[in-house]
Amino acid sequence: MSKFPHDTMDISDETITPPAVIGPGQTFGTVTDKISSLVLTGHTPRFWYIGFGVAFLGTCMLLSTIVYLVLTGIGIWGNNIPVGWAFDIINFVWWIGIGHAGTLISAILLLLKQQWRTSINRFAEAMTLFAVACAGLFPLLHTGRPWLAYWLFPYPSTMGVWPQFRSPLIWDVFAVSTYATVSALFWYVGLIPDLATLRDKAKKKGIKVAYGIFALGWRGSARHWARYETAYLLLAGLATPLVLSVHTVVSFDFAVAQLPGWHTTVFPPYFVAGAIYSGFAMVLSLAIPMRKWYGLESLITERHLNNAAKVMLATGMVVAYGYLMEAFMSWYSSNTFEQFMMKNRALGPYGYMYWLLILCNILLPQMLWSKRVRLNIPLLFVLSIVINIGMWLERYVIIVTSLYRDFLPSSWGAYSATKFDFTMFFGTIGFFLTLMFLFVRFLPAISIFEIRSILPQAKPKSHEA
Amino acid sequence: MIDGAGKTGIYGLLAEFDNPTDVVRAAERVYTEGYRQIDAYSPYPIEELSEAIGFHKNRVPLVVLIGGILGATGGAALCYWVSTTAYALNIGGRPFNSWPAFIPVAYECTILLAAISAVIGMILMNGLPQPYHPVFNAPRFELASRDHFFLAIEAADPKFDLDQTRAFLATLGANEVVEVPF
Repeated sequence: MSKFPHDTMDISDETITPPAVIGPGQTFGTVTDKISSLVLTGHTPRFWYIGFGVAFLGTCMLLSTIVYLVLTGIGIWGNNIPVGWAFDIINFVWWIGIGHAGTLISAILLLLKQQWRTSINRFAEAMTLFAVACAGLFPLLHTGRPWLAYWLFPYPSTMGVWPQFRSPLIWDVFAVSTYATVSALFWYVGLIPDLATLRDKAKKKGIKVAYGIFALGWRGSARHWARYETAYLLLAGLATPLVLSVHTVVSFDFAVAQLPGWHTTVFPPYFVAGAIYSGFAMVLSLAIPMRKWYGLESLITERHLNNAAKVMLATGMVVAYGYLMEAFMSWYSSNTFEQFMMKNRALGPYGYMYWLLILCNILLPQMLWSKRVRLNIPLLFVLSIVINIGMWLERYVIIVTSLYRDFLPSSWGAYSATKFDFTMFFGTIGFFLTLMFLFVRFLPAISIFEIRSILPQAKPKSHEA
Repeated sequence: MIDGAGKTGIYGLLAEFDNPTDVVRAAERVYTEGYRQIDAYSPYPIEELSEAIGFHKNRVPLVVLIGGILGATGGAALCYWVSTTAYALNIGGRPFNSWPAFIPVAYECTILLAAISAVIGMILMNGLPQPYHPVFNAPRFELASRDHFFLAIEAADPKFDLDQTRAFLATLGANEVVEVPF
């Protein structure tokens, strides 16, 4: 890998001149070579093997848990009446939420013409895809008979039975499967021109053919680019309302029920904000090590990290407002059950989870107000992990502390997770990281053609006609 | 456009440029000169370039609109038919056609079909997948996906004349003009 003269740059985004998104001194050729060499190199770095190995062990743990689960039944998990939903839905919501930042970065920031999105959109989209794959496993396996999961879809069965379209659970099926499909399409469409670059740059015949098949014969024709740009923009326009609808529908799983702690109208916006919050945290958790290990500091600059931190701060405040409103509404409702729920949530046996959540999601992230903290990369990394933990705790608190003590004290119970809940959860983290490691090894983790298009020399100069 | 073998037995002429400004200017000149069977190649999208070669009929939005309308009506019709006819369940005496509850599914179907139409429509209207194309025969064409810009005039163009067209292209500031065989 060649060393470029301006691999690092200092960022001063409050100065008068707008800061460059990409480090100076880059040309079409250098960005192409830099990003494609990470994939086309015959030399796989050692950290990749170590990271992949650890992640793959997690995948194996997941697979063995699934085998045991399917052979035995979902009784190996801790959830039971009254907490009929626990890790399976907590982790589902957590993973789906993480995916949302990918769509936000690739679609919404594209529509808002935020050029800084370009260095991080590709792997954020991959993150979305893999997170949705992990999320999908939980409801799939919670059915207990995953081989019958196709019953969720409307099809003319010999039993004459159809899905219940008034149920939020079936809305969820449509929302999440649409989300998975559209995310995959968006990601693949973005990859086509870069696959063509890899096809053209690959030296070995087999590699050329492999990338060539998926590049579909892309040749960069101006007509193709015009249709491509339109399609990409429209996809972004479609993905934007989609991403908002997906977590809204996920929140309907709770909000449509009558259970105190779930039955609130604040859920949709507060779930969407929380999703983006955790997603940006995950983007930082992945981008910070990646730019360091692969020496991508000139492409994923401190400006990207700074902006992502600001988005986290903003969405974190929305989430904080959501917590506040939940507490306020339960008091204001004058409803015994609502008031009891809030008191029990904060001061009951699981109260420590609630206060941990406040610490991770509200108190510690206030550090992000300081620019020194936002540009302190190790600290930012730690904060991103803290927020991810906080967002997981949020779902735990919402689900478990609402379910375990509902209206009738005679139906109260307790909940604790079993070791298989944890092997499954950590297994999906391993599976997610396995897919991420494979992705950065075999596909360009940064969109090459989009980086070219935001270089200063990319725009044709207008000439005297 | 590949099938127009022309009189010369070659696909056409390909001019190479090393910056976006020159290729856009050249494309405009070629178009005003009257050539129509032309194409330009760039490593990233350049709006001015597709306009310069006279590409205006972009039908992707129409396809997406049709896909979206089909998705919306299809999704709503599915919910309606299942809930009122195929598997009508009386839920607390509420109407079978409880349409507000059908909005989420119809909404997701709209986006799903519109997105699929955008991608499939774009790929098919671009004539992809097309593993072979004559321009790939040009020796330096692989740079079109790296940092070079190309302008092609096909032999099938009525105005095409190997020597004259080559001389014309040479005046446009191209680094190199090559013949592209089939």
